[in-house]
Amino acid sequence: MEELKQYGSKPTRFGFGDGLVTLGERHSNVVVLGGDITGSVMTSLFKEKFPERFFSIGIAEQNATTIAVGLALSGKIPFFASYGAFCALRNADQLRISVCYNEANVKIGGGHSGISVGPDGATHQVLEEVAFLRTLPHMTLIVPCDYEEAKKATIAIGEMNGPAYIRFGRSPVPLFTTPEHPFEIGKAQVLTQGNHVALIACGSMVWEAMLAAEKLAEKGIHARVINCPSIKPFDFETITAAARECGAIVTAEEHQVHAGLGGAVAEAVVKNHPVPMEFVGVKDSFGGSGEPEELMIKFGLTWREIYASALIAIQRKDGGSLTATRAIKEVAEYKG
Amino acid sequence: MNVEFEQISFENKRKSSEELSVIAREIRRDIIKMLVTAGSGHSGGPLGSSDIFTTLYFNGNMNFDKQNPLYEHRDRFVLSAGHMCPVLYATLANAGMFPKAELATLRKYNTRLQGHPGRDMGLPGIETSSGSLGQGISIAVGMAMSDKLLDNTEKKVYCLTGDGELQEGSVWEAAMSAYHFKLDNFCWIIDNNDCQIDGRLKDVMDVYPIDEKCRAFGFDTVVCDGHNFEELQAAFDVFLNNQKNKTGRPTAIIAKTFMGHGVSFMEDSYKWHGMPPNETQAIQALEEL
Repeated sequence: MEELKQYGSKPTRFGFGDGLVTLGERHSNVVVLGGDITGSVMTSLFKEKFPERFFSIGIAEQNATTIAVGLALSGKIPFFASYGAFCALRNADQLRISVCYNEANVKIGGGHSGISVGPDGATHQVLEEVAFLRTLPHMTLIVPCDYEEAKKATIAIGEMNGPAYIRFGRSPVPLFTTPEHPFEIGKAQVLTQGNHVALIACGSMVWEAMLAAEKLAEKGIHARVINCPSIKPFDFETITAAARECGAIVTAEEHQVHAGLGGAVAEAVVKNHPVPMEFVGVKDSFGGSGEPEELMIKFGLTWREIYASALIAIQRKDGGSLTATRAIKEVAEYKG
Repeated sequence: MNVEFEQISFENKRKSSEELSVIAREIRRDIIKMLVTAGSGHSGGPLGSSDIFTTLYFNGNMNFDKQNPLYEHRDRFVLSAGHMCPVLYATLANAGMFPKAELATLRKYNTRLQGHPGRDMGLPGIETSSGSLGQGISIAVGMAMSDKLLDNTEKKVYCLTGDGELQEGSVWEAAMSAYHFKLDNFCWIIDNNDCQIDGRLKDVMDVYPIDEKCRAFGFDTVVCDGHNFEELQAAFDVFLNNQKNKTGRPTAIIAKTFMGHGVSFMEDSYKWHGMPPNETQAIQALEEL
């Protein structure tokens, strides 16, 4: 398999902030709406550079979302960013009716996604919004895996026409893609070649999937790691090919296991080529306070769960020599 | 019941109250015909607000071009109370934005006259989809921000909400921002008929005093008789002056109306909020009008 290269760590929200500045330089009709946490979701960078195109709306996410619609219907490209709990779910009806039914060219940046928010606790750790957003007609939904991809995705959604949402996180995550690495809305990328099992992940879990693949390789198991940032539109071709050629799939996401990336993959696989699937994600619970690393372990969001799930999926596929018991035991030992 | 829509188109320039009342009567007749044909829809609000729409679209207040609905320098109107769309459709048709015969398609399969306005259908004059209350006003504020703060134009944005709609908290978020951004190009019209589906406002959820609330939110607030064309125009003139003189103050017009106005058995009755007339009732209503 390909060699893993990590060159530092950076939060994906930095990629969003830098991407917005690039968009501002390229397009004079890009405007940004703030929801009082501009330093946290990095819209402050745009505000400093383009104050005449930045509007503070205060703590009023429903209003900000619909004001963005008014701006979009006037030929502007408005971005509104807040924490995902507030700019994907509190304003859910505004997104459904005013943004998506209007096909308004509104872009939402949803920060503080997943459990890795850390000390702020459950209220701010949004784990459900992917499920909602991917059911909205006309919505584009991107979950980037690292800083570079977040930057590229931000620019890409700014330069497409129609509603779009980008999901990013608070804490630093490994940086492993480069500015040259391809990114295209609607495309998943095969990061490592392999035919024994496909590990399909998005966001912070892509790097964990890479680590899991490395451990699997030590056992002679060749995993196909697929980075799937584009939850909608979805890359049915790459995912179906993975099902057909690998015969077993594990999905991994920092989100509820229900109806997120795993759900999207399952829908595609069930329709086109059913194979055994395992799901790594938060198992129908709320988060809590703690350091990001502690929480990722507590809620089962590390390479170990992906690794164990891969063994289980392979065993279900061919009833072969590797047993699920062994995999589960390894995880139990790790957790102490 | 066979109904026919008379193909007429009225001009948009200052008129006498008598001339305006002819147009308002035509709009009300169209509303009755549309609703009896559709077999469902809202009667009370559209009939009650017909005089407001007449003043807005036919007395030189709204700048629009019926030949070119997307005319760049047009003023825009947002119907935040989307369920009141029959009056907007009838108004636009009477303004010549589309053939009046199309009014017969209200709420029918594949119609451009959706049960609540759908921008995707491309009906001329529909600037945004609406129907979930409390959202249109924020959209209108966003439009006014774009026109004034980013494009530095003289374009105006009008928005009509219901009065029951004021119970949606996001309405006040929008009001707060209209003041904050000094949107003197923004005119908020409140159709104050004191009725909502479940009853009188004070019985369902008391939002009064509306005028004091609007003033507290920084609006230049005018209360007027929503069935008196002179009072309505005087209220719009307050807005036009704010806009022209760049006072930095948004305007709120609280138009006191009666739900179902013009039809005796519907007048001031909240039972007619969401109900169409049957054939017998439609015939009687058309006779009265």
